Order: sequence, then C-alpha cells, then structure tokens
Amino acid sequence: MKSNVLLIFVCFFVTNSYTKDELRIVDFDELEGEFKTPSDKIRIYNFWATWCAPCIKEMPHFEKVNAEDPELDLYFISMDDGRKPERVTGFIEKRSIKSPVILLDDVDFDRWIDKVDPSWSGAIPATLFILPDGSKSFHEGEMDESELLEKINQLKTKLR
Amino acid sequence: MKNSKGFYFSIVLSGLFALSAMAQESTGYKVGDKAADFSLKDVRGEMVSLSNYEDAKGFLVIFSCNTCPYVVAYEDRMIELHEKYAEKGYPVIAINSNDDKVSPGDSFEKMQERAKAKNFPFPYVYDKSQEVIKTYGATRTPHVYILNKSGEDYVVEYIGAIDNNYQVPSAVTEPYVEKALAELMDGKKVSRNSTKAIGCTIKWTR
Repeated sequence: MKSNVLLIFVCFFVTNSYTKDELRIVDFDELEGEFKTPSDKIRIYNFWATWCAPCIKEMPHFEKVNAEDPELDLYFISMDDGRKPERVTGFIEKRSIKSPVILLDDVDFDRWIDKVDPSWSGAIPATLFILPDGSKSFHEGEMDESELLEKINQLKTKLR
Repeated sequence: MKNSKGFYFSIVLSGLFALSAMAQESTGYKVGDKAADFSLKDVRGEMVSLSNYEDAKGFLVIFSCNTCPYVVAYEDRMIELHEKYAEKGYPVIAINSNDDKVSPGDSFEKMQERAKAKNFPFPYVYDKSQEVIKTYGATRTPHVYILNKSGEDYVVEYIGAIDNNYQVPSAVTEPYVEKALAELMDGKKVSRNSTKAIGCTIKWTR
C-alpha cells in the first residue's frame, strides 16, 4: 500500500516535471504575455506542427543558428492538437529538439492571428522575431539557413 | 553607423522588403472583386467550370487537399455544407492545388481515392498548373471563397475559414461560412467577410 502511494507520487512528479520541462501548453493570452516580457536577446518564435513537412525541414536550421549565436533565444510554438500532446513530446524526443517547445492550444484562430502579425495569412511555418527594444518582425513560409542568417543580420543592423 | 554605404544599402533593402510585402498582399482576390471562371478536371474525369452551373446563385470554392490535418478535420463539414446549401443555390467546389511532386499524397490518383473513400458529393478538381490558386490568392488549406452571382459576374463575398473550431464541431461558436450564406440569401452584405485560420501551406511547384 505504502509503495503504491509512493509509486503514484513518483509517477505524478515525473509526469509533472516532464511536462513542465519539455512541453508547456498555453493559450494565446499566455503566449502574448511572454511576447511582451522584456528580454535583451532577439527572441525567435517559430510556429510549426509535427505533421507539417516544411516546418520539420527548417527546424534543424533554426536550432543550428540559435546554438551558434548567444544573442538569440529560440522557441518552437507547436500548433498540434492540444488534446494529444504526446505527439509533440514524442517528436521532441525522437528528433532531439534542444530548444523549448510550447504547445499553443487555442483553436479560435481568427481571434489571435493578427495579434502575432497582421500580415500572417495563417499558413505555417511562420516565424516571429522580437527584438530587445520590443519591436517585431515577421516571416511567413519556410526559411533555409542562409535566409535565416540574413534575416537576423538585417535585424541586428536595425538595432545598432 | 560608421559605414554609410552599408546604411544606405540597408535603407534600400528595407524599402525593397516593404515593396515585396505590399506586392504579396495585393495578389489575389479581395472581398468585392469579380472572380474568374476556370476549367479544371474533376476526380470523375469531367471538366468543371462555374459556368456549368446554370441555376447556381453562387459557390463555396474551397482550396483543399488530401494531406492537411485541418482539411481532414473539416471534410465532413464540407460534405454537410454541400448537402445543405447546394439545393439552395450554393454548391461546394473543392480545389486541390498542391504540386504532386512536392506532395505525392496530393496527386490526382490520391484525390480520386480520397473522394471515393469519403464519398464526396461535390466536385474535387485538380489545379495542377496552380493558375487558379494564384488568381484567387489562397495561401493555405482549407481556404474558403464564397462567390455570389451578380448578373453574369461571380463576386467574392467572403474569404476565410469555415468556422472557429476545427477540432470539435459542437464547440463552434462562430459558423462563419453558414452565417455569411444566411446573410447573402437574405440579400444582405456579409458582416464578417474575412477571417483567418491556421492552415497548411500550399505546396508550390518548384
């Protein structure tokens, strides 16, 4: 009996910490709160999903560029089904995704797409860049490594 | 900024970016534009055009495909929309514009399989050259254009999503397309004529 309770406790603790570290599930208001939190880095929010082939293709470029530049802070915002977070946690594990992944579970899309950027049609992949001064830049569509580097250089030029 | 050449270059560059962004936004139809007719091959082998439908008061043109999970989530609702509104003069025409080399699951043969499996009551046509989607300006699947017949013209009256919950039909609080159709059938203007949704990118021919 005692060991059962302990087991339940351990399971709860493990699941809880796992979700906390590997995958947070948020609604748009929570995500928007993070957009508005000040940071001295260039934050990159990449909108993707496990079923989106062009998204998966560009993820390694984002992780590489992020790993090589300490001025960047990369987040993957998953548009996967919030009822099935195991698809996302499984993907993170299988592909050894290093950057934080946040599952945006908010299907009333028209309410918030324009708040990310008015030019966004809703297609993914799409990427939001937030500069330390709070200004934003947005890109809809896939990016390769050179396009991403060019974009970041352009943003850094703007800052200096 | 030490390098003035670099500075001016960046101004010119950002100007170009702004121009290209504007150009992107201005392509395709806006609400109020007249839509062009097309002639595309249906999964049953016939060519489908808007002008084939003599009695139609308008159309639900839906840019769709086989492979997008959002489309799959909406397929039954697309069937319901057709069954409810075709007899009222607004049939569904589903168009797949995805390149079949970039996305083999969206080939004409796979479209035929999907249409058969789901028993689509509406035409499911292939825009292989991607000319129709470029003319309309759809960017994702599913992407709905409601056309309303006005004289000999087909006027775009709504562009956007089907409703506001792809996951659970019973949890929908904003049935955008049905509301727009109700307003059109009442002879009114569509009050919410543009909505956005997360969708799958179009697989453009490279």
